[in-house]
Amino acid sequence: MEARHPTRDYVREEVLPTTFCPGCYNGIVMNAMALAFKELGIYDLRSYVFVSGIGCASWIPNPYLKADSIHTLHGRAIPVATGIKLAKPSLNVIVIAGDGDLASIGGNHLIHAARRNMDILVIMVNNLVYAMTRGQQSPTTPQGFITITTPYGNFEKPFDISRIIVETNANYVARWCIVNFPQLKESIKEALAKYNRGFRFIEIWAPCITYVVRYEGKTAGGALKEMSKKCVPLSDYEKLPMEKRDGCIAVGVFKKELKPSFIDLYKSYVEKAVGGVNGI
Amino acid sequence: MRKLLSGNEAIAEGALAAGCSFFAGYPITPSSEIMHYMARELPKRGGVFIQAEDELAAVNIVIGASLAGAKAMTATSGPGFSLMQEGIGYAVMVEAPIVVVDVMRVGPATGQATKPAQGDIMQARWGRHGDQYIVSLAPSTPQEAFELTIEAFNIAEELRVPVILLIDEFIAHGREVVVPPKLVTKYRRTVMEGGEEPFNSMNPRIAPPLPELGSGKYLLITGSTHDGWGYRDVHNFETHFNLVKRLRDKIMLNLDRLFMYEAYGNEDPDVLFISYGSTARSVKEAVNELRSRGVKAKLIRLKTLWPIDLELIKRLGGDPKVVIVPEQNLGQLIMDVERIYNPFEYRVIGCNKVGGGIPIYSNELVEEALKVLGSGGKASN
Repeated sequence: MEARHPTRDYVREEVLPTTFCPGCYNGIVMNAMALAFKELGIYDLRSYVFVSGIGCASWIPNPYLKADSIHTLHGRAIPVATGIKLAKPSLNVIVIAGDGDLASIGGNHLIHAARRNMDILVIMVNNLVYAMTRGQQSPTTPQGFITITTPYGNFEKPFDISRIIVETNANYVARWCIVNFPQLKESIKEALAKYNRGFRFIEIWAPCITYVVRYEGKTAGGALKEMSKKCVPLSDYEKLPMEKRDGCIAVGVFKKELKPSFIDLYKSYVEKAVGGVNGI
Repeated sequence: MRKLLSGNEAIAEGALAAGCSFFAGYPITPSSEIMHYMARELPKRGGVFIQAEDELAAVNIVIGASLAGAKAMTATSGPGFSLMQEGIGYAVMVEAPIVVVDVMRVGPATGQATKPAQGDIMQARWGRHGDQYIVSLAPSTPQEAFELTIEAFNIAEELRVPVILLIDEFIAHGREVVVPPKLVTKYRRTVMEGGEEPFNSMNPRIAPPLPELGSGKYLLITGSTHDGWGYRDVHNFETHFNLVKRLRDKIMLNLDRLFMYEAYGNEDPDVLFISYGSTARSVKEAVNELRSRGVKAKLIRLKTLWPIDLELIKRLGGDPKVVIVPEQNLGQLIMDVERIYNPFEYRVIGCNKVGGGIPIYSNELVEEALKVLGSGGKASN
């Protein structure tokens, strides 16, 4: 029997190979998702709609995934996903986009969808820069880092997006590095199955191979090795003294809850409306 | 049943009559009453209402809902309309049927938030980057606001295009009797059944059927240049040129169906007015007054502000001594009108007033017309 890569069942073969740079971690993200689907027994993605914005990560679903996928304007994946989910709640809606798209130009939509506990899964591939447009500084670029728009070293403090989302009403928040493949896959499964309601956010730390890894003079493999030293499980991270936390990436599931989602609450709101609110 | 409705309420009721089941909006004067009405009515009727975090979200939520099959609408005013432009451009490109109401107020920027204007008509037409064509309608009364809202949904669904409904604050907040039509024609988009290309059509007058999400068609939808199947093609000339040409043709080849107007007054006028929205109501009075004084006068009132059938306007206008284009702006529609009247033969003048909530009064128009006629009218003089 011909050996077949598990990801191939979920991609449009006619558009392969991908346009990602050699060594790009987006392929690992696709693999983690494909395996998650497979292990959950989801053999086709017909009830899934993928919504993405503009940027490298946004190309993962459109055109590569064999599913309905909507490639929106820069930053607007979450509102479009919101509209789809509310208009047709039977669809499972997944947003895949990068840090520039979700945390910068779409930042307002991100925090408000989280506040609403909107029934969508958001996968943020954090490559630390605006990679598609030549690696400009993004809101997640580490301090001191040299990019084309911070040629003397980034002096702005980056966002810790996962921690921001933890503080909202979101049901599920996790962060994994690309080296935490098994955990990432389990996390995607969890967010698709056991915690399948409300706002779910998975941040994937996947530095851009071209504008981060190569800029730092590292190889793809070398960068992965270094990353595996830098990722610290959340529980260990919290025990670290402050001065040792710098440069470490806390990974793990930050939050998992099953609070009523936007749609749950909207349903009870509708009941109230039909019953008449204040005599209207 | 007769109802006393403001223009804003008439639009909300018209939308519900047209089968609108989804509304997303963001508060802004003077359009908010549309949102208030929908917030109260939609949840009761099994629809969805959501107050968005900003207008960028509002228009994109509506686009998402439309792609998922809902008849969806948003409403805003000036500054919010500016923010919605990128979303409207996206809706043009992915051919999402949406209805956007812009209750025009005095601009630019925050301008005079509570005062009426007609300054957004060119923005409605050309506000997005790139080559793109939409449809914009301009009702003149709450009754017409009701009817044209239904028409807006029908056109949007039929042609898979954003339709922009432009009213000004006079109509939005003015209350008048509205008699909803007994029978409402509701057009629903055709849904893809077989293997048609979702972004191509053999007949350029007809929009391709809109596929349903979740039906196993594995749809690709993108705001980038795409071929008939939705595959992105950001390199080839033909793909892009054919796409934007088709998106234009689907509007412009339907000009006869899309261009709606009212002609009022003498067949072959000496004074021809071309106007729209609330301003056209003063003009009607002026036409009556001029005719009572023995002057042949006519109003061509545009219900459709884009696309415009300029040839038809020229034909309907006859051979006037003067053409007057009254607008609550510094002169926007007049730029089109000037294109159809040879400046060596005809005199085309604007009558413009904007700001402070002061309408263009009919006696001002009458005086203007008589002044120009008294001076001989035609430009050759």
